Parts: sequence; C-alpha cells; structure tokens
Amino acid sequence: MKNDLNMDSRRSFIIKLLGISGGILAIIISIPVIGVFLEPLARKKPEMWRSVGNVDKFKTGETVLVDFPNSSSLPWTGTVSKTASWLRRVSDTQFIAFSVHCTHLGCPVHWLPDAEIFLCPCHGGVFNKDGSYAAGPPPKDLSQYPVRIEKNEVQILASPIPITTL
Amino acid sequence: MKTLRKIWKWFDDRTGTTEAINPLADHLVPPDANWLYVFGSATLFCFILQVVTGLALAFLYQPSTGPAYESLKYITYQAHFGHFLRGIHYFGASAMILLVGIHMIRVYLMAAFKYPREMSWISGSILLVLTVTMGFTGQLLRWDSNGIWSAIVGAEQAGRIPFFGKAVARIFLGGETITGLTVSRFFSIHVFLIPAMLFALIGLHLYMVVRNGISEPPKTGNKVDPANYRKWYQKMLKDKGVPFWPNAGWRDLAFGVLVILVIVILSLIVGPPEIGKPPDPTDIYANPRPDWYFMWIFALFALMPREIESVAIAFSPVILGIVLILLPLINNKGERSPLRRPWAIAIVTIIVTMVASFWYIGQKSPWSPAFQTKPLSQEVIGNVSTNARDGGDLFYKKACIYCHTVSGYGGKRGPDLSYVGSRLTSEQITIKIVNGGGNMPSFGASLTGKDLNDLTTFLLTRKK
Repeated sequence: MKNDLNMDSRRSFIIKLLGISGGILAIIISIPVIGVFLEPLARKKPEMWRSVGNVDKFKTGETVLVDFPNSSSLPWTGTVSKTASWLRRVSDTQFIAFSVHCTHLGCPVHWLPDAEIFLCPCHGGVFNKDGSYAAGPPPKDLSQYPVRIEKNEVQILASPIPITTL
Repeated sequence: MKTLRKIWKWFDDRTGTTEAINPLADHLVPPDANWLYVFGSATLFCFILQVVTGLALAFLYQPSTGPAYESLKYITYQAHFGHFLRGIHYFGASAMILLVGIHMIRVYLMAAFKYPREMSWISGSILLVLTVTMGFTGQLLRWDSNGIWSAIVGAEQAGRIPFFGKAVARIFLGGETITGLTVSRFFSIHVFLIPAMLFALIGLHLYMVVRNGISEPPKTGNKVDPANYRKWYQKMLKDKGVPFWPNAGWRDLAFGVLVILVIVILSLIVGPPEIGKPPDPTDIYANPRPDWYFMWIFALFALMPREIESVAIAFSPVILGIVLILLPLINNKGERSPLRRPWAIAIVTIIVTMVASFWYIGQKSPWSPAFQTKPLSQEVIGNVSTNARDGGDLFYKKACIYCHTVSGYGGKRGPDLSYVGSRLTSEQITIKIVNGGGNMPSFGASLTGKDLNDLTTFLLTRKK
C-alpha cells in the first residue's frame, strides 16, 4: 500500500515535471514566433535626410510633388520603397514638406495650384495651402515632414507614414 | 472492378472509413429542415473552393513587395488557367462573404442561437470576423496601386485604436512605412494564420452541429426551456427524425453545387478584378476603392459626422463584438419564431437596409471630387458677358467644378449649381464662396476681387 502511494506520487511528480518542461519549451518557441510578428515595433525608427533637389529648383509660393527613398527600404522592396511629399517653398529660406496622406484615412491628396487647396479623392477632404484643415471629414491638419537646407540642397527627413490617432 | 472493390474493402477495414462516416450520415435530424438551412454548408463549400484555388494561386504568386505586382500580371495574362483561378478565387470570396451574411441572418431570425447552441453562434461570429479579414487581406494581396493605398487606409483605421493605435498600425504594415516586409506579412496572415484559425473554428462549429443537433424550424408558441430542451429534442428526433443523408443533406449538396456553378460561370464570363496601376506610393493620382463588400463602410466613412468618426472607428468593432457574444448568453430561452420576435425582424430590416443604402451610395461616391472633369465648354457657358465667361473658366480653374455640377458637368459633393442664379442673390453667392462652410472650404484667400466678381457673375447667369 505504502509502495503504491510512493509510485503514485512519483508518477504524478514526473508528469508534473514533464508538463512544466513542455510548457517552458512552448514558451521558448513562442517568443521568437510572436517576436517576429511584433518585430516592427522593436525595429529602430529609421530617419534619414533625403535630398530632393537644389534650392533654386523650387519657386517661392509654389507647391510641387517630390519623391525620395523612404527610410526603411530593403533590397527587394522595389518601386514601393519611395515616399512622396508635397513640397511648398514659402520664402527664400523656408520650406514646408507635407505628407501626401490625408489625415482622414491616408489616401493621397491632390494639390490644385490654381485653387490653392489640397483635395482628397477618397472622401473629399480639403486642406488649405498651408496644410490646415479646410473642409470634409479629416480630423486634423495635413502632417508635415521635417525639412532643412543643407549645402543648397533641400532635404526632407524620411520618416514614418503619419498615422492619425484618436 | 472486383479488384477495386477488394482494395476498397481492405482499405475500409483497416481505416474504418465507413464506420466513422456512417453515424454522421445517418444521424437523425428534424424532419422539417428546409431550404433555409443550406447557407452554412454552402459557405463551407466556398471555403473549400477558396483553399483549393488559393493553393493553386500560391504556386504562382510572388509574396514579396517588389515582384508581387509583376507576378499578378503573370497569373492573369500568361499563366495557364491563371485568369480562371483568380476569377474563381475572387467570386468564391464574394460568395463566401455573402453566404456567411445570409446564414447569420437566417440563424438570427430563427433564433437558432438559443440554448443549447450558444457556442455555435459565438464561434460563428468569430468565423464571420475571420472571413471578413480574409476578404480584406486578400484585396491587399492584389498588390497594385489600389492595394498599397488600401493597406495604408487599413493602417490608418487601426491607428484609431486607443493607446495602441500606432503600434497596431506598425504591426499591420510591418514597419514605419510600406516596406519589403509588408506583402509577406499580409501573405502569411492570409494564407497561414487565418486559414489555420478558420480550420479549427469550422471544426468546432461543425462538431457542435453534430453534438447539439440541427435546430428545428421554430414553431410559434414552442418555447425553448433549457431545463428540458435536450430531452424534448431527443424524443422529437426519435419519434420523427430522419437521417441526415440523404433526407436533409441532398439540399446542402444541391445548393452547394449551384453556388459553385455560378462562381465558375462568373469567373469565366466576368473574370477577376482588373489589375490597376503598379504599386507606387509616389504616384498619388490613385483613386483607392475597396472591393464591393467593404463599399458600405467606405461610404460610412464619408458620411459620418466628423466629430464622432474617430471614436466610432475605434469603438464600433468592440461594441459589435460584445453585442454578438452577449446575444446568445443573455437571450438563450423562450420564443424562437420570428413572428413572435418583431424586434428581430426590425433589427435585420434596419441593418440590411442601412448596409444596402450605404453600399449603393458608396458605388456612386458623390463626395469624391470629379477630378476627371474637363473645363466647361463655351457652349455650356453660353452667350454671356466677358466677366461671366471668365467666371466660367474660373469655375474649372478654381476647382469649383470638382464638387459642383453645372448643366450636367462636374462633381456631386456640393449642391448642383445649374440654376443657382434663380435661388441665390449675388451677395449670398459671394458670401458662400468667400467663407465656405459645411463641406466647402473658404476661397476668400485664393481669389482676387476680380475673380470673385467674375465667378459670381457667371453663377448668376445659371438660371432656369
């Protein structure tokens, strides 16, 4: 009887031990699997200054479409590795680089030079020439990328796609 | 023939195939199960069709951000059967979403979610969400211009989730921007992750049909009482039940065959959706539109009041989820007949009407600027003063025409201005142009005094 009890407790101990080791193994394997899924969060936020042309190329008061390689390109990304921006030359020394993404749901806004508005094809959002909200569903002003002049070149900081949060 | 039969007998003896299937085929079902009971199985047939055609497409598709687009073109225009396969996969997806919706409405109207089938409803609700997610990720894998912009629109919606919005958007896109990892991520989700979940949940969903039985068509006054329903159901089956196969199952088979036939015919005649322009985030002259099953949400986004929209995007899925899960838990007994549940009929009518109306208006998208409109011709502007003629030119140049129609030309976002001269005075028109209001921006700053005067003069000529 006593022997049986011993057997039982030994068996249940071993089963528990196996269960725990199995669980630990499962966790060890899950970490990289879930980790890969969440990896975009851990990746260093890539930010790089990209030249979009000589300062003289841009006329004061005009807004033009420029593009530059985005900051998280991989060798196989292809055409998708570029980002566009509406670049406005405000004065001799001041530029504004607007994100092309409507702050409503991210569709690409069109610049209408004569009307001096940005218009979104998806749901009809409208922004003024300074990017401020004008009409329609967008919840906030057009986002901007940091921009600087370096050695007479206009440079835009390639940064993440702006995501409108609550 | 004899040899074949011998081989089958050997196989059946060793594997127990007949022993396993016969009880399923012979299990008793209510005698009056009817044609309304075929939508669930038809959804399953479509799912199998999707798995099979998806497998074939995966042989051809390049699940990578760079070459995906070229491989889609290859599948559609070069690969043997590629065009056909894409067609079946597209119409199969459409049918699956449509049938899952009809199945759900049928179950809700007949209150088949009541005791003891609560978990059938809950697992079904999760299956609905997974099916819709398959639709969305599938649309993204059609990696053309529409595909990349839909991915961004998806990320923006995820962004409205409180606190974690940005993080979820990043996880969704596989990075800070669309990157080399975006398409492989959608591919893994669409081809491995969600199908695995679908298989598991469909297994559970079907097992519960066997365990709890097919719900009998509701009879008015025949209330569900959890205390003795199972006993009553078993007795009813014993007295009047008929074997599932072929008495009830033939309808599932007949309807399933019909559905697949329609899908095949549509993919041969209509074919898969066109592949759009190449995926290029710098080509901003895109016009992103969702596939038909999301068109109503697309319309909702345009028409919802701006103040509540972000909150609605963030919380409506949560509220919907809670309602779907709670429904069978708090409402698991009593009357099942739709005739005694007028609210159920009202709710279905309202939801179906709402979705259909939003879908209809989404197809027309009157809120989208009519970018393709040409300048007004002299014929349309008419024989008017020089000022009014200049105004007519400005009507195009200043983008008025993208949102307003004049004599049949232009957009539909704002009011039709064909007869505005009969409705408004010069001052009213001027004030409206300068200040804007509603969905119209103010044009005061971008118009000179002469421009404003010319535009107003032109608009005043538009009379009945």
